[in-house]
Amino acid sequence: MELLVATAIGALTAAGIYMILRLRTFPVIIGMSLVSYAVNVFLFASGRLAVNAPPVLTDGVEVYIDPLPQALALTAIVISFGMTAVAVMLAVGSYLSADDDLVNDPDVTDGSPDGDLSRNGGGAS
Amino acid sequence: MTHWLVLPIVLPAMLAAILVLAARYHLVIQRVVSVAGTVALLGLAVGLFWQASDGTISLYQLGNWPAPFGIVLVADRLSTLMVLITCVLAPLVLLYAIGSGWDSRGRHFHPLFQFQLMGILGAFLTGDAFNLFVFFEVLLIASYGLMIHSGGQKRLRAGTQYVLYNLLGSTLFLFALGTLYAETGTLNMADLAVRISNLDAGNSAGIRVAAVLLLMVFAVKAAILPLHFWLPASYAEAPAPVAALFAIMTKVGAYCIIRMYTLVFPPDLELTQGLFDVWLMPAALLTLMLGMLGVLGAKRVDRMVAFSVIGSMGMLLASVAVFTQAGISAALYYAIHSTFAAAALFLLVDVIRARRGAASVSFADAPPMQGGALVAGLFFVAAIAMTGLPPLSGFVGKLLILDAARSSDLMWWVWGAILVGSLIAVVGFSRAGSVVFWKAHQARDQDIAPETPEPEPSTALAMVSIGGLLAVLIALTVAAGPVTRVLSATSAQLFNPAPYIDVVLTTPGKKIKSDYDAANQPKETAATGQGATESHDSKAGDDAHGSTVKDN
Repeated sequence: MELLVATAIGALTAAGIYMILRLRTFPVIIGMSLVSYAVNVFLFASGRLAVNAPPVLTDGVEVYIDPLPQALALTAIVISFGMTAVAVMLAVGSYLSADDDLVNDPDVTDGSPDGDLSRNGGGAS
Repeated sequence: MTHWLVLPIVLPAMLAAILVLAARYHLVIQRVVSVAGTVALLGLAVGLFWQASDGTISLYQLGNWPAPFGIVLVADRLSTLMVLITCVLAPLVLLYAIGSGWDSRGRHFHPLFQFQLMGILGAFLTGDAFNLFVFFEVLLIASYGLMIHSGGQKRLRAGTQYVLYNLLGSTLFLFALGTLYAETGTLNMADLAVRISNLDAGNSAGIRVAAVLLLMVFAVKAAILPLHFWLPASYAEAPAPVAALFAIMTKVGAYCIIRMYTLVFPPDLELTQGLFDVWLMPAALLTLMLGMLGVLGAKRVDRMVAFSVIGSMGMLLASVAVFTQAGISAALYYAIHSTFAAAALFLLVDVIRARRGAASVSFADAPPMQGGALVAGLFFVAAIAMTGLPPLSGFVGKLLILDAARSSDLMWWVWGAILVGSLIAVVGFSRAGSVVFWKAHQARDQDIAPETPEPEPSTALAMVSIGGLLAVLIALTVAAGPVTRVLSATSAQLFNPAPYIDVVLTTPGKKIKSDYDAANQPKETAATGQGATESHDSKAGDDAHGSTVKDN
């Protein structure tokens, strides 16, 4: 089971990172979701993996599972859900106003008064 | 147990909710409530700072649960100092937002501003690593809203980059916390410190990974070299008051580095040897050089200031990376200084943008601006402070850092980077000043271009705000002696974490009965009863994370 979970986390993260490195907002957001799924499973696994064990310590229970990582994972799920919603809204707003869904700045017009010089920073764009 | 300590978090959270729900369409009410709130926060911060100034470490247990089980807020010298800096900055920035009318250019400026303050103050006060993550998210989600305040294509684009970058940072933070928890079984910082010091050095791969991951997360926040890409575009495109408030956000990263690596991974810990001198120091020096080169290379004033923020973070973290008491206290001095200097510069850039008409903030020729002398004077003062020329606080801070770096193995590298970097920054800022303020007169003599449409002049309130920020810098210079004494006491307290750990772990809280069946019922009712007596929002901020996100 450890191998399965570890592979799943690794695969999700790898796929997520690959998607994040794309240029357009939609794949980037998908990638972000994949990475956040990976981290949720990871958090869950940080309390050790066990099957059919109760999460609460009561009398007469020998094997139990740590409930805290589950609470952490819940929190992380809620937060990443909210954050993804914000990112989607921003991406849509950016798409509607700029008429393309690139993450970087495609129209660098050097030197003009309003020109966006984000190339300046060696990759702020 | 007094409830003072939780007020800096509860107050802005409540105000933000009230502003959203009750005063949504009334800008005047929003302004009044917001200013009153930040002034009250300033009072609270001064009170807390005074309380901690004799070395007391006060503890607040949320829901009265004792430390490793419940979330605690801890106010020691460092936290209260950072809270005080934030609370001095906030009203001044808010005055500018009101004076320049930025808050009326889009909806919900004030509630978001309050949520942002709540997140920042919470991050400074919390004593729990996961809670730190939650406050990071609170401050980030508010900053997303503020960042794209009043919209516009460029701003949305920069905002998208900023959000995506920080989402990735948050995910990394969770990975780090998961690793920490898997290795130690706790997330309370004091408890972590105890358990990590007892770990077997031979079997410590996991904890090393966690330490490096955490450092990377905070480096994203502090904009250290390979992870700084988010900063120039977002700070330059953000609305000016927001950028000015963001000046404290990079310091949140620096604060977390100082806190975590003095308390949890102290410098004498064998496990994390080399993290600072091998990795952080070179990264900080490269950041410093890159920031200053950016100052020279930027073709717009707003970007130049954004790069000077990167440079100053490099300087600050170079001092942190020396990792002696003197180094930390110099870093703290520089942190105070660079927060206010950067804020003043961002606000000035906005004034320049509003008054220069079509040329805006680029280095193109433009007719002299209205009221140019005052703006030029303020810019001159702020630039002197930022580049660290005498007589202002930047110079004092830099001297302290140079002095602290003498104990480092990399002393000549540090000295070289700081001195060369400063020289480059001086050249960059002089060029900006002369192009924007002096060449304008030349252009006027030669010819042309009477007036683009009358720029809306910033009101007196905005000027007062910038003046206030510069006044803080001057006060910091004049009172450098007392301030450094306080800061070295702060850093001495950091290097002696035993009292902190003791206060957090030994303060008794609610009794947890050992008989579980009997305890389950009372525990339930006690928890809900606590929720009712405490304000709802403190729970929202600290326990029920979901509702915090919803509030935003």
